[in-house]
Amino acid sequence: MNRVEVRNLQVSYGNKTVLAVEHASFERGRFYGIVGPSGAGKSTLLRVINLLEKPASGSLQLFGDETDLTSLSYSKGLPLQRKMGFVAQKPSMFHASVYENVSLGLRYRKREKAEIQMLVQEALDLVELSHLADQRANTLSGGEAQRIALARALVIKPKLLLLDEPTASLDPYNISIFERVIQTFHRQTNTTVLMITHNLPQARRLAQTCLFVNKGRIVEWADTDAFFNRPACIELQDFVSGRMIC
Amino acid sequence: MMTQDVWEVIWLSLQVTTVSVLIGMLLGIPTGTFLGLYTFRGKRLVVALIYTCMGLPPVLVGVVVYMLLSRYGPLGALGLLFTPEAMIIAQIVLVTPILAGLTMSAVQAKERAYWETAKSLGASPVQMMLTIVKEARGGIWSGVAAAYGRAISEVGAVMLVGGNIEHHTRVMTTAIILETRTGNFTAGLQLGLVLLAISFLFNSFLMAGVLNQMRNGRR
Repeated sequence: MNRVEVRNLQVSYGNKTVLAVEHASFERGRFYGIVGPSGAGKSTLLRVINLLEKPASGSLQLFGDETDLTSLSYSKGLPLQRKMGFVAQKPSMFHASVYENVSLGLRYRKREKAEIQMLVQEALDLVELSHLADQRANTLSGGEAQRIALARALVIKPKLLLLDEPTASLDPYNISIFERVIQTFHRQTNTTVLMITHNLPQARRLAQTCLFVNKGRIVEWADTDAFFNRPACIELQDFVSGRMIC
Repeated sequence: MMTQDVWEVIWLSLQVTTVSVLIGMLLGIPTGTFLGLYTFRGKRLVVALIYTCMGLPPVLVGVVVYMLLSRYGPLGALGLLFTPEAMIIAQIVLVTPILAGLTMSAVQAKERAYWETAKSLGASPVQMMLTIVKEARGGIWSGVAAAYGRAISEVGAVMLVGGNIEHHTRVMTTAIILETRTGNFTAGLQLGLVLLAISFLFNSFLMAGVLNQMRNGRR
């Protein structure tokens, strides 16, 4: 009950298997960094967990009963979906105000108006952008939009937070705010965080456990210190030292 | 035509067109949104049918609705033939595919990222549809404008099922035909200009909404 687990996960595009995970278990309240070369299957893993892609086979246990992902309909997946928050590399802002964007998840959950106002204000304060509440979201800079996307994911108080290279296109100032917000949120709540990043120092700074994904498989999995200082497999040794892997 | 008659004809045209487009919106926008968002077995066939129906010949629609509503037709008991209601039914058949097809295109034109964002935020299927419709509203309004234009300028179907009966089913387009046939070209032309002005006003109203959205940075 106290963990997120995926089993026998397989995602294929045509004849090509892009992800095959026999078993992966993520503890409640732990921060996981997911690293690996481009096209390794990291994003696919997060998208399958976030029910954005249907795998050829596999099941998901999200702090509760195990669910077969292959037969999961949109409506039946909704209770699971509402336990998760997701921030993509490129934020999609709806053509409305910042306030409306951040409150959307709460409105989907039919929360009271007063509660929505309070939670949105809290989330905007957290990302230090409360002064932009009335601004149109599509006029924001890239860094501001990504912080608003984070506020939009955090405001619903997810049990599982999925971050897919959220700081890949941010400047150092916005990256530092973004990291501070995630760390604060993670400390204050008991949220499990899975964060994909190509920024290895960032994974070292934030993650408690790191996973190395390559060629559609989780190749190595260790506490962050051991992961970077004593990588077991040669692929990871090459990857963390910046050598080409294939 | 007396001035009173002209107003009556204009009023009936607006009534028939507005009601048929509103009902067409209720049917076509959800259908188009569903088709734009979801895939299912047989979708290609449904889409091909909708695209085909977008170009339905009005006279053919008129004949089919006429047969359905005629005394010995399956809906003959309703006694709707040669009434404004029959004209509305014919126009609904004409405008619904336009609204469904253009809504589907507008929804598909939105990036998939919007769909994924709404889903990630926990939207139910209905909430998802409403969110995407709101995002695609610029394109959907264009569909409404096209449908309204088609309905108000339509003549073949309304002539067949309405009968162009004075003070009952005469609308602007059928009145223009009548005036022209009786050699009263001036009156026909005047009514044509009124029709043009109504179309211009309606589209200006819609464009004002679209431009307002663009000013606000919306698509």
